[in-house]
Amino acid sequence: MKLTGSEILTEVLIEQGVDTVFGYPGGAVLNIYDTLYKYQDRIKHILTAHEQGASHAADGYARATGKTGVVIATSGPGATNLVTGIATAYMDSIPMVAITGNVSNSLLGRDSFQEIYITGITMPITKHNFLVTKVEDLADVIREAFRIANTGRKGPVLIDIPKDVTAAKCEFTPKEPIRLIERYEKDLESLRRIANLINKAQKPLIYFGGGVASSEAQAELAALVDKAGVPATYTIMAAGLLSDDNPLNLGLVGMHGTRTSNNAINQCDALICIGARFSDRVALNPGKFAKKATIAQIDIDVSEMNKNVLVDYYLVGDIRQVLGDLMPLVEEKSHPDWISQIEAWQRDDYHPQDSETELKPHQIMRIISQTCGEEAVYVTDVGQHQMWAAQFLHHVNPKSFITSGGLGTMGYGYGAAIGACCGVNGAPETISANGGLKPCEDPKNSGVQNGRQGGAESRPRPIVHITGDGSFHMNLNEGCTAAGYQLPVITVILNNQVLGMVRQWQTVFYEKRYSHTDPCRKTDFVKLAEAFGIKGLRASNPAEFQQALSAALAEKGPVWIECLVAKDEKVLPMIPAGGSIEDIIMD
Amino acid sequence: MARYKKVVSVLVDNQPGVLTRIVSLFGRRGYNIESLTVSVTNVPQVSRITLVIEGDEHMLDQMIAQTAKLHVVQDIFTLDYDKSVVRELLLVKVAADESNRGAITEIANVYKAKIVDLSVGSMVLELTGEQNKLDGFLSILGEYSIIEVCRTGITALNRGAVHSEGQ
Repeated sequence: MKLTGSEILTEVLIEQGVDTVFGYPGGAVLNIYDTLYKYQDRIKHILTAHEQGASHAADGYARATGKTGVVIATSGPGATNLVTGIATAYMDSIPMVAITGNVSNSLLGRDSFQEIYITGITMPITKHNFLVTKVEDLADVIREAFRIANTGRKGPVLIDIPKDVTAAKCEFTPKEPIRLIERYEKDLESLRRIANLINKAQKPLIYFGGGVASSEAQAELAALVDKAGVPATYTIMAAGLLSDDNPLNLGLVGMHGTRTSNNAINQCDALICIGARFSDRVALNPGKFAKKATIAQIDIDVSEMNKNVLVDYYLVGDIRQVLGDLMPLVEEKSHPDWISQIEAWQRDDYHPQDSETELKPHQIMRIISQTCGEEAVYVTDVGQHQMWAAQFLHHVNPKSFITSGGLGTMGYGYGAAIGACCGVNGAPETISANGGLKPCEDPKNSGVQNGRQGGAESRPRPIVHITGDGSFHMNLNEGCTAAGYQLPVITVILNNQVLGMVRQWQTVFYEKRYSHTDPCRKTDFVKLAEAFGIKGLRASNPAEFQQALSAALAEKGPVWIECLVAKDEKVLPMIPAGGSIEDIIMD
Repeated sequence: MARYKKVVSVLVDNQPGVLTRIVSLFGRRGYNIESLTVSVTNVPQVSRITLVIEGDEHMLDQMIAQTAKLHVVQDIFTLDYDKSVVRELLLVKVAADESNRGAITEIANVYKAKIVDLSVGSMVLELTGEQNKLDGFLSILGEYSIIEVCRTGITALNRGAVHSEGQ
């Protein structure tokens, strides 16, 4: 059957299992959007306020579901607005397919209106990208893009489609999606070496990261920790993969990790790195990192071996399969002396004081965890609030802590939370079945379907977007998206009136010269929420916050809760960049 | 840490923009390319890029591992100097007149270089060989007045019947 490029695109998206896309229309994608209109009963499209928000939404959707996120934007500025979102996904190895329109083939390379060389721009921030100049190539390119995004070390892929290709027709043959199986050969010798290292060690430690999430290896990881009796510490990308309830879980590692974790890195005699990459926020001083340990690394990406820290053994492969093969070789063990040393460190670690009169960041996080429960998905922006969320939320489930780790993208949170909400609770429909836009419903009528797919009875999973006043100002325009679709995203704004993380560095390293971190903004978040059609609440002490959050959970649509936080609150502990455990700052 | 040079053969998809992808990777990661040649192969869909890269052992491993990740790279392997034919082509223009033309021709003959252009005041010599041969030739010609030099950079193949060592 002969289809247009736009129809082929939509057909292949559906074939690849895509039911929700995020995006923003424009000249070069008019044909694609016309097709989306025709296919509205088979594929949902979420319109954001800005293409950057759409790119973060596709990313948040991918992180919350494990599926590939899809974003569509027009040529020129539409495409460049995706750049930060694509880079964010690239740095955290998140599967995403970005589709951009471009000017027609005949106009390419002539500085045409809204023409940009997006494949050139995104070359360093994608796993691969394509410019499709012939409609005959389109279907297989899209299939290949999904395969690349999802195999090996995952990541974003961009497909740039000139407008004439979206209109041109060609024969389309549907294909079954191929099942992606990681090529994996059992490397028994390396497995034995690593098992031996674990079995012989007196003070072993596991250090794991986002690779465990990509491989969905949380059960294998927990089994290994428990069987071998090895304590474990995690990077920010891996919060929730091993439950915080597991006594062998030492918490976050690195710059703002627990002192216990960093002490353990420093003192261990065997370090097993699983799906982590010795980044400069963890191995702050690679020359001093785990100096007493024999280091083994397990990762799917061979280029991560010996990149920042030299390791003694490594094994390249899909983590889930490697850990599965490692298990029978690992002895059941406990390390009482090592554990009692760790417990002594834990007693001595940083334990912030509660307050009843003011809102302490750790109390905000504790209240959020207790009130929203284990089903909740937490999405953060970037800065102090992000670190507090990583440190003090109670992380018990995978795919439930969504944060920009590698790129550190302020403004990531709201878009990502919208994407996560559509992913776990089902995307709402805005175009009615008989064509024509369905008028957005009044929040009070609550007719919009936000319930999890599969039953009106099921309560949606709470989606909590934790942000700071600095980050939130960057992309709070997505409030219109949350309000328009009545997405039950709760935004908790830790408002300390300053750009807290930068200010903290200025306090510690720049003798309190607060250059442009105290902007004296006058934003009234409660009024602004109302202007967006969102319920706005404010809290200045734990009791008020508890009450506001409970009220927010009962709402069907989005809510903003502004939390007033003191501007001198710091993220502690803190190891300065390039430092080691000896340089740790505890107060 | 000791620094080494490696000759690396990269078999890539023969598509527009492939060279950009390789060079952009080296640029953004701060790797240095000593020489680079690109050419077609006997397979129309495949091009061969021959790189000479320099760094310590781990840097060289990193460069190869990162390059291997590019989707357009079909294969990448190091060429062992002892088991490979490594060649470079040199064109050098020397100022030459009646007084020294004979002497320069003699040097060219020793190196089996060809005289490919001759004018009243200059001559252009062409020499193919391993890098050190070209270096030696240039250093002797340094006694005369060199006007311009152009070298292609290294291109190389494994010796024997195997088509590549692969990974």
